[in-house]
Order: sequence, then structure tokens, then C-alpha cells
Amino acid sequence: MAQRSAVARKARERLPAPARMTVSLHVNGVGRKLTIAPWTTLLDALRLKLDLTGTKKGCDHGQCGACTVLVDGRRVYSCLTLAVMKDGAQVTTVEGLAQGDALHPLQQAFVDHDAFQCGYCTPGQLCSAVGLIAEGHARTADEIRELMSGNICRCGAYPNIVAAIEQVMRGSTKAGEAGR
Amino acid sequence: MITTSNQIGKPASRVDGRLKVTGAAKYAGEFNVANLAHGVVVTASIAKGRIKHIDAEEALAVEGVLDVLTHANRGKLASSDDKYKDEIAPDGSPFRPLYDDQVRFNGQPIALVVAEGFEIARFAASLIRVDYEQDAHVTDFEAQRQRTAGGKRPKPTHSRGKAARAFDEAAVRVDAAYSMPVEHHNPMEPYAATAVWEADDAITVYDKTQGPLNCRNYVASVFGMKPDKVRVLSHFVGGGFGSGLRPNYELPLAVLAARALKRSVRVTLTRQQMFTIGYRAANVQELKLGADRNGILASFRHDAVSMTSQFEDFQRSFVSWSSQLYRCPNSELAQRLVKLDVNTPCDMRGPGGTEGIWAIECAMDELAYAANLDPLELRLVNYSDRDQIADKPYSSKALRECYRQAAEKFGWSKRSREPRSMRAGNELVGWGMATGIWEAMQLPASARAVLTANGAVEIASATADIGPGTYTMMAQLAAELLGVPLENVTAKLGDSSLPAAPVEGGSFTTSSVGSAIHAACLEVQKELFGLAQKVKGSPLAGLKLDDVRFADGAIRHKDDASRAVSVADAMRIGKIDRIEKEASASPRADSKYAHSTHSAVFAEVKIDEELGVIRVTRVVSAVAAGRIINPKLAGSQILGAVVGGIGMALHEETVTDQRFGRFMTHNLADYHVPVNADVHAIDVIFVEEPDEEINPLGIKGVGEIGIVGVAAAIANAVYHATGKRVRDLPITLDKLMRE
Repeated sequence: MAQRSAVARKARERLPAPARMTVSLHVNGVGRKLTIAPWTTLLDALRLKLDLTGTKKGCDHGQCGACTVLVDGRRVYSCLTLAVMKDGAQVTTVEGLAQGDALHPLQQAFVDHDAFQCGYCTPGQLCSAVGLIAEGHARTADEIRELMSGNICRCGAYPNIVAAIEQVMRGSTKAGEAGR
Repeated sequence: MITTSNQIGKPASRVDGRLKVTGAAKYAGEFNVANLAHGVVVTASIAKGRIKHIDAEEALAVEGVLDVLTHANRGKLASSDDKYKDEIAPDGSPFRPLYDDQVRFNGQPIALVVAEGFEIARFAASLIRVDYEQDAHVTDFEAQRQRTAGGKRPKPTHSRGKAARAFDEAAVRVDAAYSMPVEHHNPMEPYAATAVWEADDAITVYDKTQGPLNCRNYVASVFGMKPDKVRVLSHFVGGGFGSGLRPNYELPLAVLAARALKRSVRVTLTRQQMFTIGYRAANVQELKLGADRNGILASFRHDAVSMTSQFEDFQRSFVSWSSQLYRCPNSELAQRLVKLDVNTPCDMRGPGGTEGIWAIECAMDELAYAANLDPLELRLVNYSDRDQIADKPYSSKALRECYRQAAEKFGWSKRSREPRSMRAGNELVGWGMATGIWEAMQLPASARAVLTANGAVEIASATADIGPGTYTMMAQLAAELLGVPLENVTAKLGDSSLPAAPVEGGSFTTSSVGSAIHAACLEVQKELFGLAQKVKGSPLAGLKLDDVRFADGAIRHKDDASRAVSVADAMRIGKIDRIEKEASASPRADSKYAHSTHSAVFAEVKIDEELGVIRVTRVVSAVAAGRIINPKLAGSQILGAVVGGIGMALHEETVTDQRFGRFMTHNLADYHVPVNADVHAIDVIFVEEPDEEINPLGIKGVGEIGIVGVAAAIANAVYHATGKRVRDLPITLDKLMRE
């Protein structure tokens, strides 16, 4: 015990916090320069440093999907991503989906289909759904269910989430076909 | 009663929907106020004992660490139990965070590390060393249940007729025990509080809670502050399911730290720490049912045992529900608690009913097979029009219609009764059903309505919106009652400074707050109508309030809409530009009726015959719950509750490592909840159920009824598919494979 106190006394000089690094991110189309410790996750950088609290922390372990954002167009769990790993990347969060006052078609479909209740998983669901549609792997409701299973909704809005995504997917397919 | 309606019954989209899909809705842990410090909680790693010493030196040595708060250095806290008792505290001595050196459960908060930055606080928290004096703990529910059984049955909570004898003499009998593990709510948002320090005697806290007023009173009482100097805000709540009815420990810890440091502090629990707060108690229920050869019940005995902490007796009624659903002359119901070295359990969606009905409705299914009756037929021949405990008839009970509509939608008549008699490819198909019931409660509540001359309305009450759509319900009711479009209404809630409301739970928010809104709007109507009659040559002269309706920004004759005075004209006469009224509503004190909501749940499962993998492919839930204000949002409540029921039936289980007395599955990878791929077709039907007796708007509430009955319907479907009766939740594939 006495020995430990001596160690502690010595440590009173203060353990320094990790050295900071500079990271450039393009968040929702805006260039942001951050000076952060390397242990800062992309999620905490967004929520705490950039005050973009739309992206949610549900588990901090990559198990719930609430923190899903798009990095260079791909959906990722921002809680499992250190911000310094994404220097120079394009990051889209829920705050960047709408064009001014006009909601993204998925946002509108989520409102219309009541695809959420408490709303806490919703930003992650939306970013995940944008990524899913861009991937182009899901064609049926069952495939949407499977490929949206990385985003937990404890309120249980799943059927409405699937309906909202299906509607937008059908709409974009139709628009695509009409263009051909 | 409202006869014509422009808003009630309309499937409006959520009025706060835009805020939620754009990320603009701010939750408790998201207010990045100036000069904010971050607190990270350190929890106990033993289940019982005493803290000898907390060594915080290393943590304090980290650059950026501001303080480490423990029982040894904390500020002043109240010292009597009653000061810690919140609005819904059970009997006992509530847990007091950082109060003393005693460890009462594994995961108990014992220190708070506060630092300038979140990562620093988290790192420093890992450097805290704790020396304990450890005592032997008792955390094994099943072992302690058997140890404390003592051969004697607990004293019945209700008894009528001669249940034991009737059981012994019955031609058909079921004698079975059903069990459930601990379950955790796991709302998506972890509990968080941002305490905004104002002065030694004043604080504002953004807290995640289902009851801002409950938390305001708790903070005032625990810290000895004047209630009007404490404000708790909870505008958006990322799910609750009951876990936020009582104040959770992030709240007192954030306030304690803010007062110690005289600056604003946020405390957010980790997902792991979400397993250190309240939970659904593990339980075992023994049922003995006796009937004649036609399935007519002669005896219903139901014994339930559930767990609680050493310091509080948390218990909800598991056993009363059969007396409300099924006519039976002889019944004996009993319930007891087993005390363990754990935190106190709490309400989780449909507390008591969800657990009790799971056992009752499985036993009824077993009785149907024993009596060779269709399970639905068995419910119908025993249907009760009275609550046999309260000895009252129901104010309304459209359960027969629920059975009929759900069975028809499901296609129940095509079911072959024999287990293992239906299949699709390599999958066994099972169809099961169950009944659901929940109390239709109402509590005293208040609301304030403000109507301005331009037709804008503000409606306010200190309730919460944990996801059901309370904002929308409030706005729709005010729009309806004051005759303005929905977009003219601003609903305010989640603020302890607003007119008093109870915690949001128990399915009583719409009935309680809705009735208060009705009362407040009625006051506005009266004043406005009085003014409208004073307008020179008023087309409403000589009429009574009952003769008019409020529509399109005017007061109009019910039968002749052209006889009208606009809101603006009426206010001009009174030389006012706004009418503000606050009013309260309470439930009827002298009702001769019992009030309940009911449901009929039908489920289809498909089970891989070789692997035992279970899929719930279809659920139909028909609900009778009085007047539905918004079928779209109420439908979502039922849908989501069915998903919760699927989790309860097949996935959810918190496992304890008895060596440490600790919940070990404390994350979302080990504690399974349904994901999108687990959920298939769910049909929700609202059966019409006018109820003029219950409250002026005929509201019963839908928050719980959707989950009650679901696990039993699925368990019964699993039996129908496989011939295997699993009486222990969750029904995992190992239990199906086991010989």
C-alpha cells in the first residue's frame, strides 16, 4: 500500500493526454479541420467536436447501428471508426441528407410510413438505407430485411422501415427505367 | 362525447417526424452547452460487500481530469428513505448513488470520473482501483426460490370458491410451471443527463426520463433544493419501455458533479451500464387448471414467484388476469417475492400482465388439447363479462369481436388441430393464438391550452413522448377541440415547469393527459363562446355550448355552419388577443365498471425440422382499446409491441454469472433482440369499441396491450408445429432439439 502511494505521488506530475493530430474531413459537403486525439472515434468527433448530434451512440461497440454514417458513399459504423483513419474522406450524416428544406425521399418515406417511434435509431437507419440502395444488392423485401439487420430498432418499426425503403427503391427503379 | 371529428381518428403523420428524420431532435446527452465537463461512471465489480478504499490517484493524475467523486468525498445528499422515494417507488429503501461504502449489487455506481473531455474521463475511469471487503452473495433466483419455498404456499392474494377441491375433482386438468429469465429493456438511447449548472440553489437538467416532473421532485428532494429552482427537460426520449419511469442514477450523479464543480456536467451510461439499472424480473409461475369434459373451467390456481432486490419489494400482479378473462367459480391466486443481491427490477412493457398472460395463455392452450377443443373455442366457452376480482362488469369489452376479426384475417378455420400436422417444404408450420388484456388506467393530469386570435394554439403538459406519439396526440386533440388545422398547433411536453402530468407509462398517458387537454380546451371554448355571443347581432345568440362546434377557426352552429363567429371577431369583442386556460382531469372515483383493453393474437411459426430454427412468419393482432386517436401511430405501437413479444418469445435473456453475481450478457451482441430479418408480416386490427363511461373522450390507451399475449401465441404455435411444449422462455432452438 505504502509503495503504491509512492508511485501515485510520483505520477502527480500528471499523465499527459495523447498528442493531438490534425484531420481533414468533408462533412456533408463542408470541409472541416479537426485537431483531435487519435483515440477519438468518428462518432464522437461528429457529436462532440462538430456538434452534429444527429448521428447517435447506442452501444459504442458496433452492435446496434445507430451510429451509421456514409463514408465515401459506403455505410459504416462511426463508433468503430477512428476519425484519424478517415483523413480526407467525404462523410455524410443524417444532417446532410435533405437538400435545404426538401427532405431526401427516404426521410419523407420514413415520415409517411411511420418508420420510427422514439427516433433514436432513425438517423442510422436512414444512412444505412441510403447505402443499401446505392449498393444495389437488395431487390426483395426479404433482402431489405437481411441487409438492414445491422440497424436495431428497439421500438420495432421494422415492417414500416421496410415499407419505406421499398417505396423509395421502387420509385428510383421506375425513374431509372423511365430515363432509359 | 365528440360526434363529429376532423382530427380524432385521422392517421396523421407525427408532428415531430421532420425533427426526427433530419437529426434535429435533441436527446438528453446531446446538449453541448458551454464549459461542459464529462462524467464517466465506475461500477462495482462485486455483488455484495463494502468498499474499503477507492484509489483515484492515478486517475486524478491524468491531464484534463477534474475530479473523482465517491461516497467518501461527495457533497451533501438527503439521509432518509422518503427523500429518495420517487412517484412510483415500491416499498422499501431506495438505492442511493454514492451514498455510502456498501455494495448492494454488481454494477452499482461507486465513482464518477469527471474530466474536460469524454475520452479522458473514460480513460481515467479505467485507472480507478477499488479494494473491497467482499461478502457472500445470493443472486441465483432459481436456487433461492427453491430454498425459500418452505413447503407452504404463500397466502393467496385472492380466493373464491374451493379451488383445490374443484381441481382434484376436475375431469380435465393442466398442472404446469412456466418460467421467464431476466430481460432488459435496452432502449436505443442510453440513459444520459446534461446538468446545466446555474447557481448553488438552481439547476436545469436535460435528462432521459419518462417523467420530467418525477425527476424534478427527486432532484429537489435528494439535494435539498426548492422544486421551483430545479427544472428537468426531456423533449425527446430514445425509448423507455418502462426503464425510465423512475429516476436512473445518471441524473443524481450529473447533478452531484455539477454542484461539486460549479459547472455543467454530462453523464451518459454505456450500453454495459444499461444492464445495471432496472429490468424485468425473472419469474416462475405454477398453474393448475381444472375443467369439465367440455372445457368449462372449474378451477383456476395461479402461483407466481418473482425476484426483487434486498432493499425494495418490486412486484406487479401476474396472477389476477385469469379472473378478468375467464369465468370460473373456484380460483386461488398467490404471489411472492424472492430477495436477491441485485438491483431492484422495474416495470417493463406490460408489467405483470405480460408475464402473467404468457403463463395463463400457454396453460389455456394445454387445457384446449387436454379437453380436445379448439384453443379459440376454449376461450369463447369460458368468456367472462365480469372482472371477478373487482366483481364489476366492463365499461366495454369487444374481445369477442377481436377473436372474430383476428381469426378471420389469420385464416384460423383452416387450421388442423393435431401437432405436426402442417408443413411447408422442410419446415413445420404451427398456428397458435392467445388472448391479451391490460388495465385501462387514468391518473390525474393537467394541461394548458392557449388560443391566439390568429388561430394558433399551444397545448402543454409535463408529460413525455418516449415514442408513442404524444406530441401528435396532444396536437390532434387540441386541433379537434378548438377547430383549427393540425399545423396551427404547437404541442409542448418534456418540461417539469409545464402543468403537472404523471410519468409516461402504463398506457395511461393518452387517457390522462388527453382528458386534461379536453378539460383545458373546454374552458377555452366556454370563454370564446361567451365572447362570440356578445358580438353585435351574434348569429349564436341564445344558443348553448352544446349547440355549437369549433371548426375552421370559428364557432359554428352545429346544424347550420353559416351561423358562425370567427375566433378573431370573438376575441376583438373581448379586447383580447389570446385565451389561456389550465385545467385538470381525474378518473371517475365512483365507477361501477371495470376498465380494460383486450386483444386477440394469432401467430404462425415455421420451424426447420432438422435445425430447429424458428421464424415467426405471420402475426395478426386485433385490439379493442376504446377510441383510437390516431390509427397510424397507435398501429405502430401495436406493431412494435408485437416485435417486443417476438423478442420475449424467442430471443431475450439476461444471463447471470453466479460466481460474480453479475449480468454477463450485457451488450447487444449477447443480449439478443429482434432485428429486421426476424420480423415478417404483422397485421394490426383496431376493433371498434365505443366507451362513453370511461372518460369524456372514450380513451383507453394502447402502449402495453400489443405485447401482452404475443409470447404465448408464439409458444402455442411452436407446440402446434412440433408437438413440443417449451415452458421456459426464450424458446431457443436447443430447447426444441433437446430430447
